[in-house]
Amino acid sequence: MAAVAGAWWKRWVFLYLPLGAFVIVTLFPFYYMAVTSLRPDREMYIPWNRPNFAPFWTLKPTLEHFALLFRETLFARWLLNTLIISVLSTGIALFCGLLAAYALARLRFPLGGTLGTSIFVTYLVPQTLLFIPLGEVIRSFRLSDSLWALILTYPTFLIPFCTWLMMGYFRTIPKELEECAQIDGATRVQAMVRIVFPVAMPGILSAAIFAFTHAWNEFIYALVFLSSATNKTIPVGVVSELVRGDTFFWGPLMAGALLGSVPVAFIYSFFVENYVSAMTGAVKG
Amino acid sequence: MAASGTRVSSLRPSRPGSPLASGLRRLRQATATERREWRFALVLLMPAIVMIGTFVAYPFVRGIWLSLTDTVVGREGEFVGFQNFAKLWDDSIFRRAAQNTVLYTAAATLLKLTVGMVVALMLNNLLGFKRILRASMLLPWIVPTVLSTLAWKWMLDPTFSILNWVLFQLGLIRFRVDWLGGPVMALWSVILVNVWRGTPFFAITLLAGLQTISPEVYEAASIDGANAWQRFWTVTWPLLMPVTMVVMLFSVIQTFADFQLVYILTGGGPANSTHLFATYAYQVGVATGKLGEGAAASLAMFPVLFMVVLFQLWYIRRGEGGVKKRGA
Repeated sequence: MAAVAGAWWKRWVFLYLPLGAFVIVTLFPFYYMAVTSLRPDREMYIPWNRPNFAPFWTLKPTLEHFALLFRETLFARWLLNTLIISVLSTGIALFCGLLAAYALARLRFPLGGTLGTSIFVTYLVPQTLLFIPLGEVIRSFRLSDSLWALILTYPTFLIPFCTWLMMGYFRTIPKELEECAQIDGATRVQAMVRIVFPVAMPGILSAAIFAFTHAWNEFIYALVFLSSATNKTIPVGVVSELVRGDTFFWGPLMAGALLGSVPVAFIYSFFVENYVSAMTGAVKG
Repeated sequence: MAASGTRVSSLRPSRPGSPLASGLRRLRQATATERREWRFALVLLMPAIVMIGTFVAYPFVRGIWLSLTDTVVGREGEFVGFQNFAKLWDDSIFRRAAQNTVLYTAAATLLKLTVGMVVALMLNNLLGFKRILRASMLLPWIVPTVLSTLAWKWMLDPTFSILNWVLFQLGLIRFRVDWLGGPVMALWSVILVNVWRGTPFFAITLLAGLQTISPEVYEAASIDGANAWQRFWTVTWPLLMPVTMVVMLFSVIQTFADFQLVYILTGGGPANSTHLFATYAYQVGVATGKLGEGAAASLAMFPVLFMVVLFQLWYIRRGEGGVKKRGA
């Protein structure tokens, strides 16, 4: 802790002020999103160089943009779709990832190392590399424009991450724990499900939170695979229905952006530590 | 074929060979218990293999095939060889997109590393507020990118930009800046938003790395008379290198393959000057429906991504070897 020692002003100049500025820049877009969502339209469209431009607050907050969002768009439906897709794809990813991670971390079998490496490589495949042929695959399975298109494809980028994270976690659990259970007459499967998985619960929670936020965030698959307005997720719905050509309906757009961010930020706020450990764990491997 | 259950393996010296060859050898020489364990592993791995095989490996193969045909939406194409790639090579928008992607990746990654490192070092020196700062700092990383990018688009609006207002009030500009209007400015605006979104990831991961460095190392360096700048370059930077490297490689892959920021902020415009590989592939393959050409445009990312992944695997392997040599 000795790097910025000495005079009090040094701590302010080199630590508090720059960090404060960084946090303000980091959070300002969210504040601005919130202010804009409450600002009435006639106050919104004042050019920035007019004297009465008051950007940081509004004197007449209104909920009209939120009302419009629910009255004239299918926002409630998009919210539900996003939730269903995120929960189910996270569930599938956890199921596949947990089992795979257990096998890769605990069992000795031929090609285990190769499989582990290929799962890691899959983790690095960006969605934008495969979205066009994947769209064709979705079409040949007759899943186009159905929520299942996303429920089944999101796990492809969530499974590698869950596997990778859980492998690291399982390795920290002593093998003796299972061996004791097996000596007491439990089968291998029972030892895995009843002993190892409960002990690994914090890791599973981290993986679940991380996977859920990723699924909630996804954009390009949702944009390409879904077409009818009732099937859209929040990011795609907001962008496609509240932007008409060059006209942006900023009030409802920001209201939708705010409402689409709140659920995931809310969940995150309860599990910050899990999220951070998942994020740093995923990098360290 | 050896009869199942014969036990020979443990006495033989293990021969060098490819993992596949040694795997097959072990398969032939397995005992009944070993075989049971393998079957169990196979069952456990099956769901993941089926999912990844169906929705990653198969689309990948199909994508390669698609890029070699002239398929358009609604019509099965014919094999045309490398014609799509040749066409892209001669396409000035595609060339521009390739240049943009390289500049975007290099500039954004270096800026994220620099700012992220500075923030991580500051956080590491902070006594209180660390948790709350860390938690709030990660918001840009949690919130759906498209939604926060919409807020940025509004902040960079040509007529109503609050950023212009702030800079004007501070006396930094005399006339409005058209953030997304000109080709060069627009690309740098996109880089700015990428840095805003990606820096927390760098800062928090590097902070996690910093916290594993023992304070005693710094004390030793201080006693030797090193100042803060020297301590950073001789102690922190080399010790943090493994974490930095992995974070950078992750970030390079994601930035290189980015889609959302450009799609929302500029849509590839003005006049197709800010496309990246992914947005151009979308425009060709999805918006105009030329699936073959679109698949080729996004597969054009593959060689670079492949090299980054290879480098990353090599680096991790090397690191593991180093740890084994040093530790235990």
